[in-house]
Amino acid sequence: MKIKQVSIFIENKAGTLSAPCKLLSDAGINIVTLCLADTNDFGIMRLIVKDWQKAKKLLESKDYAVKITDVVAIEVEDRPGGLASILSVLEKSKLNVEYMYAFTSGKNGRAVLVFCFENPDEAVQILSSKGINVLGETHIFQK
Amino acid sequence: MKKIKNQKPAFNPVSASDFLPEDELQDLQFDRLKKIVRRAYDCTELYRKRMKDEKIIPEDLTSLQDLKNLPFTVKTDLRDTYPFGLFASPMSEIVRLHASSGTTGKPIVVAYTQEDLDVWSDSMMRTFAACGLHSGDIIQNAYGHGLFTGGLGAHYGAEKLGATVIPVSGGNTDRQLMLMQDFGSTAFCSTPSYFTFMIERAAELEIDIRKLPLKAGIFGAEPWTEEMRKHIEKASGVKAYDIYGLSEITGPGVGSECEEQDGLHIFEDYFYPEIIDPKTGKVLPDGKEGELVLTTLCKKAMPMIRYRTRDITMIIPRRCRCGRTIRRIKRINRRSDDMLIIRGVNIFPSQIESAILAVEGTLPHYQIVLSKEKGLDQIEVQVEVTEKVFSDRIGALEQLQSKLMQALENVTSIRIGVRLVAHQTIKRSEGKAKRVIDMRNQN
Repeated sequence: MKIKQVSIFIENKAGTLSAPCKLLSDAGINIVTLCLADTNDFGIMRLIVKDWQKAKKLLESKDYAVKITDVVAIEVEDRPGGLASILSVLEKSKLNVEYMYAFTSGKNGRAVLVFCFENPDEAVQILSSKGINVLGETHIFQK
Repeated sequence: MKKIKNQKPAFNPVSASDFLPEDELQDLQFDRLKKIVRRAYDCTELYRKRMKDEKIIPEDLTSLQDLKNLPFTVKTDLRDTYPFGLFASPMSEIVRLHASSGTTGKPIVVAYTQEDLDVWSDSMMRTFAACGLHSGDIIQNAYGHGLFTGGLGAHYGAEKLGATVIPVSGGNTDRQLMLMQDFGSTAFCSTPSYFTFMIERAAELEIDIRKLPLKAGIFGAEPWTEEMRKHIEKASGVKAYDIYGLSEITGPGVGSECEEQDGLHIFEDYFYPEIIDPKTGKVLPDGKEGELVLTTLCKKAMPMIRYRTRDITMIIPRRCRCGRTIRRIKRINRRSDDMLIIRGVNIFPSQIESAILAVEGTLPHYQIVLSKEKGLDQIEVQVEVTEKVFSDRIGALEQLQSKLMQALENVTSIRIGVRLVAHQTIKRSEGKAKRVIDMRNQN
């Protein structure tokens, strides 16, 4: 129930964002969502794409430092309190979140939260047992 | 306040060996050379072995010119015998140790007997005297006090001169300027780049150094140029003197400009200079440019026989207008090896390399970028992020960055900025990698 996230290292300067995006688009790889984390000097671009193996190979061929991380995607209703209800479950279960980001999937008014947990397997188990909708690859890439 | 008469007559440089007639100077040098070579041979295994290999005994020295037959000593000898292998005195006679950065993270250790310290103080006193200072001057000493030889070397020389020393050590520019104004310092010791930085800070604080009693700057520990001297003298109204020294020989006080500011007199009654062709090792005549080689004529705890300084200069073949008979070398602004001098501290690219290697396990592509900001040397190490160390967590990358900075500071003792850069951004060169980008002389 985990999904793969592709992360690449980028420098924090003009023009560094478009190059990897163009690289993927030229290869017909659709970016479902992305998230940027940055400091003054550098940043990390985190991407969710369907064909992560292909994306990884492609990016590596262009000398990007690439890392594949297991993340957990959770579907919530796109309404006030949707995120808060999930977070309170995480808090009670003492699940440690490294980082997270969110996007709306555009279908039936649902939002998707992407979490990077310290221990993703444990997180999936706990969340599923609480009846939270953890998305697998087939769901997240469904149009 | 009751005025107490100065009991001791002030030091007069004319009484020092600076002005000895040449033949007397050479007799003194030869006499001292024989003794020091004997001592090195008897007390230091490395020297004895080297001379035996060359089938030379100390008695083979029949004139100063015979020195050219003795083997050289190089910086790696100090490293290979770390820490105490070159000491020629028992620890019971050694009263001080200093250390400077070496090439592999281990420092280079130097030792002094009380007599060695006396010689050092004497040569530093003569340095100050040559720069026109005397008893009554107030010397603000901003060289680092500690393992670095600059601070304590200048300190004892200034005291021996009878001047008033302010042992303020380096850094804290605003306090330096406050003391300079409040105490009425007449001389300032630091690296030339630090003083340039002070001039700028003074301007920001609306302090006009030209209106202060400060008259002389005693600048050393890094190569600098004639242009920089002009800039300093114009901006501050002080006379900027170049001094020369290195820990292996004694520290500061090996050579100094005089008021003529036309070359640096080597205190050659203590430190005998030769110029060699760095490729062949052959001695070159005065007036020819080559590598400076120094022999300590009086150093008991750690004699240096024909030490290769890596500094490129020449002995000026004319007598100085000041009347000193001790010879002069041209100011040094380049070296024959890859050593970098950053804010007075010696740094080798190999030190940086070993620090990065220690943190990452393997060596990524990196480059050292030197620049100048407000007259001060800036150093940044750019390290490419490899797949091995890359993480999707900012915290992990920041931790990597601070680990690198810590490792660099541990081996170099100065703070060095680290920038993580993307893979393949550092230009690859064919053949030897260009590790150092020096933009300090660009605008």
